[in-house]
Order: sequence, then structure tokens, then C-alpha cells
Amino acid sequence: MIVQALAFYLFAAVLTAAALMVVIARNPVHSVLFLILAFFNAAGLFVLLGAEFVAMILVIVYVGAVAVLFMFVVMMLDIDFVELRQGFLNYLPAGLLVGFVLVMELILVVGAGSMNAGAPQTAVPAAPPEGMTNTEALGRILYTDYAYLFQVAGLILLAAMIGAIVLTLRAREGVRRQVIADQIARTPALGMELKDVKPGQGI
Amino acid sequence: MVEWNALWEGYGWPLTVIIGQILLVAVGVLVSLAFLLLADRKIWAAVQLRRGPNVVGPFGLLQSFADFFKFALKEIIIPDGANKGVFLLAPLITFVLAFIAWAVIPFADGWVISDINVGILYIFAISSLGVYGIVMGGWASNSKYPFLGSLRSAAQMVSYEVSIGFVMVTVLLCAGSLNLSEIVRAQKNIWFFIPLFPMFVIFLVSALAETNRPPFDLAEAESELVAGYQTEYSSTPFLLFMIGEYLNIVLMCAMTVILFLGGWLPPFDMAPFTYVPEIVWFILKILLVFFFFAMVKAFVPRYRYDQLMRLGWKVFLPFSLVWVVVTAGVLTAFDLAP
Repeated sequence: MIVQALAFYLFAAVLTAAALMVVIARNPVHSVLFLILAFFNAAGLFVLLGAEFVAMILVIVYVGAVAVLFMFVVMMLDIDFVELRQGFLNYLPAGLLVGFVLVMELILVVGAGSMNAGAPQTAVPAAPPEGMTNTEALGRILYTDYAYLFQVAGLILLAAMIGAIVLTLRAREGVRRQVIADQIARTPALGMELKDVKPGQGI
Repeated sequence: MVEWNALWEGYGWPLTVIIGQILLVAVGVLVSLAFLLLADRKIWAAVQLRRGPNVVGPFGLLQSFADFFKFALKEIIIPDGANKGVFLLAPLITFVLAFIAWAVIPFADGWVISDINVGILYIFAISSLGVYGIVMGGWASNSKYPFLGSLRSAAQMVSYEVSIGFVMVTVLLCAGSLNLSEIVRAQKNIWFFIPLFPMFVIFLVSALAETNRPPFDLAEAESELVAGYQTEYSSTPFLLFMIGEYLNIVLMCAMTVILFLGGWLPPFDMAPFTYVPEIVWFILKILLVFFFFAMVKAFVPRYRYDQLMRLGWKVFLPFSLVWVVVTAGVLTAFDLAP
């Protein structure tokens, strides 16, 4: 248990520090790198909870795909760091307000359960049944009790994907595209013409 | 004294065992990598009717070690405009990620450092992180060719991960487990490359693309980008990149063996084949797949970038998606699902 507690405090401390650095790092690429570090530590916390499936999915989806695209965009931006800093004081009150509201909401969520002794405690995740991996446990719930909701979520994501493609798609004119089928279908007879040239005459 | 004993037995001894196992695997993998590198160059040379490295040691066997000392003893040059921290972090990340994936690879029945339940997802997660070393290296070099190389590489690896993911889904539909040892045991009757042959091909090609191996080495295409993201690297950082890249290739070979070629299982479950130790089968199969990788490098010309993207998104993705549905359908219809 000591090792687990130590690991928890390590992950939690690094997670918080990394999250802070995301906001205050001067270079946006460094911010993204710290964000990745934060994701990683969150995955570590999930592993400590025994939710290894969620941990791996977090790394695959957020670190392996989303953050790569983030980094892709941020790297290509030509950002003037001085200009970026100038707006800092203007946005500070708004940022502080949002932060304050979030903190109060968090306190309400966490505090509501513990202050009211009679009310049921905030939901504690139930451990999967003995002899069942948590991947299996998740699958059994997701594809039976919540099958329709799961399908609806998939549909919404599909709609979002199609929407994003439609919004960014522009048909450019005058672009020559490679048509693989045409290339494969080409035969020597189609591609060249043999001429019998008499000496001294030319074609 | 009693407390110290309990502490040693509770934490000290297990820790020693784990560190011992890690060292064994790491050193074993590194030393075999030295010879695999040589084998790669020798095969490449033989295809082109050259001799390949043959000066250092008998048949050039010590060439990789000579190269190692050459890299390690040279001066590290950091470009003036480079972002120093990220520049040095990038090869380290590539190197470390290439190593930690080996923690879940079962070399024989029960011979695995960490037999976790989500082994295949772990491998997938680690291999999807490999792109960071390249992207960070390319960006931190502050130079145009590395940057272009890293952009290409990022898009390429993200694209091919999708089809690798679907291939893994079909395999684990057939195996009924995310644990790599269980996946190998599920192939006791028939190796998965026979029923899932199209996915086997897709996995091999995607593995080439995922590891930036020719014919998909566009991230370091020397005729276009000098050496891609490695251009500004020298000495030990370059060596780390190089080792990381080759370790990833060997890891992909091992994954092919585990997912499709029956891992440590002998080809026939009969007397002469079962005398050979399991780990020998595993290594032989890895060598076979590595030979395939080396031959592909030797005689397939480099893809053009738009063709690479077309292959990934328009051919492999729809095909593997359909195959997932077909596999799931067949397994359910004939009640074969484990």
C-alpha cells in the first residue's frame, strides 16, 4: 500500500505541476508537451485505480492522436510571443472569474456528499466481478444496458466527422489527380504508336 | 532486524528480480539488435551484389560495435537556433519508448516481464507515441528539412495507426483476450495468419509505414529532405534515434509473430518440433519477419507521399473496417467466438 500511496502522490503532483505549466509556459509547443505529460500522469492514476483499459484508451486517443494533431497545428503557427503576452492583463479578470466559478462548483460537487451525512455518498465505482478483466466488464455493460446510447454517441460522432469534412472540403479546379485504375488499365497499344520511318524523310 | 527482513522480502527482493529481468531483456535485445543491424546491411548488400560491411571482425560481425564507439565518442553538436531541451529530449523519448514496449512481449510461455491484461493496447499506445520523438526532433532542430520530415512522419504514422488498430481488433476478436500470452495460446490449433490472411498482409505493410521503413521512409527521404528529422543530429543523440528506430522495427516483427505467426508455438505440435525450446521458435520467427523487412527495403522503391496517404486512407482503412465486420459476423454466426 505504501508504494501505491507514493505512486499516487507522485502522479498527482506531476499532473498538477504539468497542468500549471500548460497555462504558464511561454512557448506554445512547450505547453502542448506539458499537456501530454499531464495526460500521461492521468493515465497513471487510472492504472492505480485498477482501470487499466481506460488508462490505455486515454493514452491512445488523447496522447497518440489528439495531442499529435494539436502539436501539428501549434508547430506550424508562426507566433509572436511578445504579442501573445500583451493581452495577458486584459484577459486576467475573465480568466480568474471562470476559475473561481469552476473551483466553487468543484467544492459543491465534492462537498455535497460529505456535508450531508444522511444523503447517499457520491457514487463509488464498483469493482468488476471476480475473475473478469475490466475490459470485459466495460464491454458487458456498454453493449447490453447502454447499447442504444452507445450507438447514438457513435452516430453523433459520425455526423460531426462528416460535418467537419464538408466544411473544409473545397473542390479545386484544374487539379490533375492520379487515377490508379486508368493507369493499370493502360496497355502498350493505348500508350504508344509505332511508325515506320523511312530514312531521310522524317515523320 | 525483523522489520528489515520483512521489508527486504516485501519490497527489496521483488524489486531486485524485476530489475534483473529488465536488464536481461534490455541487454539481450540490444546485443541482438547489433547483429540484426549487420544482417540488414548484409542482406541489402547481397541483393545489390555488394559485399556489405566485411572489415571489422570476421565477416564484419563486429561492425555494429565499431559504429557504436564511433557515434559515442564523437562530439555532440547542437545547432545554434535549436530549442536545446526539446532537441535533446526527442532522441531520448524515441529510445525509451522503443524499450518499454518490450516489457509485455512474451518470449516463451510465461517468459514475460509484465503479463498485463491489456498488453495489446499497451503496445498500441506505445507505438502511437513513437511519433513524438520524431515530431519534437524535427521541430526543435529549427531547420526546414527536419521540420518537413517530421510533419510528413506525423501524418503518416497517425494514418497507418488506424488500420493497425483495426487489424488488432480482428485478432482479438478471434483470440478473445487483450493479453498477449492469451492471444498466442489461442493460436494453438491454427495460426491466425491462415484465417486472417488479408489482415496479415495489411499489418505487415502498415508496420513498415509505422516504423518509417522503406518503401515508406518519407520522413527521411534522402533525395528530398537530406535526412529528414535526423539531419541536425550527430553523435549519441543520433545513435539513440537510430537504435530506437531499429528497436521499433524488431518490435513490429515480434508483434507480427505474436498476432499472426503463433508466437512461441512450434509449427506442428509433434515430437521433433516440440523438442526445440519455445524461445528458439519465437526468435526464428522474428528473424523470418525481419528478413522480409530487409528484403522489402532492398527492392521496393520509395512511395510518393500522396500515394502513401491514398493507400492508408482509401485502401487499407475501408478494407480492414469491412474485414472487422465480416470477422465478427462469421464468429457470431457460427458460434466460434471464444
